[in-house]
Amino acid sequence: MKPESLIELRGLTKTYGKGDAEFKALKGIDLEIASGEFVAIMGPSGSGKSTLMNLLGCLDTPSAGSYLFQGIPIQTLNKDQRSLIRRHALGFIFQGFNLLARTSALENVELPLLYRGYPQKQRHEMARAALTSVGLFGKERNTPAELSGGQQQRVAIARAIVTNPGTLFADEPTGNLDSKTTLEIMDLLCRLNSERGISIIMVTHEDEVAAHATRIVRVKDGLIESDLRKPPH
Amino acid sequence: MFFNAFIIALREIRRNLTRAFLTVLGVVIGVAAVITMVTLGRGATEMVKSQIANLGSNLLVMRPGQGWGDRNAPQFSMGDVQAIKEQISGVRAAAPLAQATAPAVYLKNVRNTDIQGTTPDYFGIANWKINEGRFFDEKDLLEGAPVCVIGETISKELFAGDDPVGKKIRMQSTSLLVIGTTAVKGQGGFGDDLDDNIIVPVTTLQHRFSGKKSKQSINQILFSAEDHYPTAGIITDVAALMRERRGLTSVNQENNFSVTDTRQIADVMSSSTQVMTSLLGAVAGVSLLVGGIGIMNIMLVSVTERTREIGIRLAIGARAREVLLQFLVEAVTLSCVGGVTGILLAYGLCTTLAKVVGAPFIFDPKINTIAFIFSAAIGIVFGFMPARRAASLDPIDALRHE
Repeated sequence: MKPESLIELRGLTKTYGKGDAEFKALKGIDLEIASGEFVAIMGPSGSGKSTLMNLLGCLDTPSAGSYLFQGIPIQTLNKDQRSLIRRHALGFIFQGFNLLARTSALENVELPLLYRGYPQKQRHEMARAALTSVGLFGKERNTPAELSGGQQQRVAIARAIVTNPGTLFADEPTGNLDSKTTLEIMDLLCRLNSERGISIIMVTHEDEVAAHATRIVRVKDGLIESDLRKPPH
Repeated sequence: MFFNAFIIALREIRRNLTRAFLTVLGVVIGVAAVITMVTLGRGATEMVKSQIANLGSNLLVMRPGQGWGDRNAPQFSMGDVQAIKEQISGVRAAAPLAQATAPAVYLKNVRNTDIQGTTPDYFGIANWKINEGRFFDEKDLLEGAPVCVIGETISKELFAGDDPVGKKIRMQSTSLLVIGTTAVKGQGGFGDDLDDNIIVPVTTLQHRFSGKKSKQSINQILFSAEDHYPTAGIITDVAALMRERRGLTSVNQENNFSVTDTRQIADVMSSSTQVMTSLLGAVAGVSLLVGGIGIMNIMLVSVTERTREIGIRLAIGARAREVLLQFLVEAVTLSCVGGVTGILLAYGLCTTLAKVVGAPFIFDPKINTIAFIFSAAIGIVFGFMPARRAASLDPIDALRHE
């Protein structure tokens, strides 16, 4: 049975600037991602992979083409509607962790729940559970400055999954981490993918990191260069 | 959504208390300045009003010469007092005031003081209350009895704790029996001590002090108007009467006397303190405005400084209007906290300064409410631009911001 389609891109282009300064970052991308996949997007810098990631994460709108996310045509939505899609269906983790400084791990993880309007008690419970699930039980009160890089990324992952999103976007999630911590974070992401069925779309330029994914999409000069599925174990 | 914005805003404020403190400092000082100035100003106005009222209600004073004194102008006589009392309608009572300065002696204590010769009517006109003993009466006046009524300052300085009533004061060659003390009046409208005086029957002063019975030794006539009787009419009538009595028949001759209405003085003085109050309040208002601009300045800086934070919020699904609300609520919360702190600071300043200045502290709920509402409004007005700037950020750019 064909798995349900999560993401469907048709002729997606993104152009920056106008006239002589015009720059085509994406030149027509066709891509389908099924629910539950763990996709690594790879490519050299300037290849358009970050642009693609921003479009997929509903942070940006395409110049042309269509993007169906769970059947919703994202290119027709306005800024606030895209915010709501991110709030309710997506989770993000970043290379630089992007945690709020001087704010405890618990409050960082609670942040998306605040925007969802959960009452305080439920916020605390869900945030604690999320922190525990990424192995940070007991670190709730620590601020980012008091945590190691790996721990900070775990807080970021907890923040991304606390709302139980169906899809997780990871932008170079291990770019700032050493190889041992990288392995730990990748194990965690794999577990989220296999145990909780969260679809993961990850941008990376490291082959070892991409090897954890079930599918590797290579982008070059604004076009898809290759699309390889790993055979299931 | 509003409640959430409030929680988020409070967390942001708590995260950087130093910044919050510096942000609100301007508003704190502005609000405190406005309230302190206006409150003290109102206190001063009240003080002036009550001091003038202390001199006597509906009091009119006639002096020789124009303005504050032509020494060569003729003095008044008891006949003038009598004529004013009997011939001018609307005059309730009139009393002469003959003044001299002489050292008063009791045992070894000496004090140079004012001695005022007058009639029993004076006590009512000039609003004197008895503290102990009695005022002198018509009989004392007729006899030119060597009695006196003394003020609180004399009582303290000369008698130093002794009960003065029944004791004798020596002034020049005369021995005066103290028959009463007056209740404290305090400072006059010009900062003079109203309690530093000795009041004697005018006859006593004329007979025993000046040495000769002079008709023209009365240097003031005080008279009070009936309640609600227009004092302007009385002044005109008295002027006409006095011109006649002084033989100023030609129109070209100026009055060699003048009548002042203490109510007018009270009005002028209280209106001038009110103008001062408004001016000081306006200057303080400018400082409040500067405080508001301070909030805007720091909020604008903080939008730039917090660009990444805004990016994070947008990425995890905050809508532009929620970011706007967060920054607006932050600004308003800060300015309101500043307003309340300013009110508390003003309360402390007012109670302390009121003692220093000597004006009463009158808590005015209106100015406090206005100052608070104004500070909240400052938060909205000056918080809006930074908030809109924060809300208009693009999440991708904001996240990339270093």
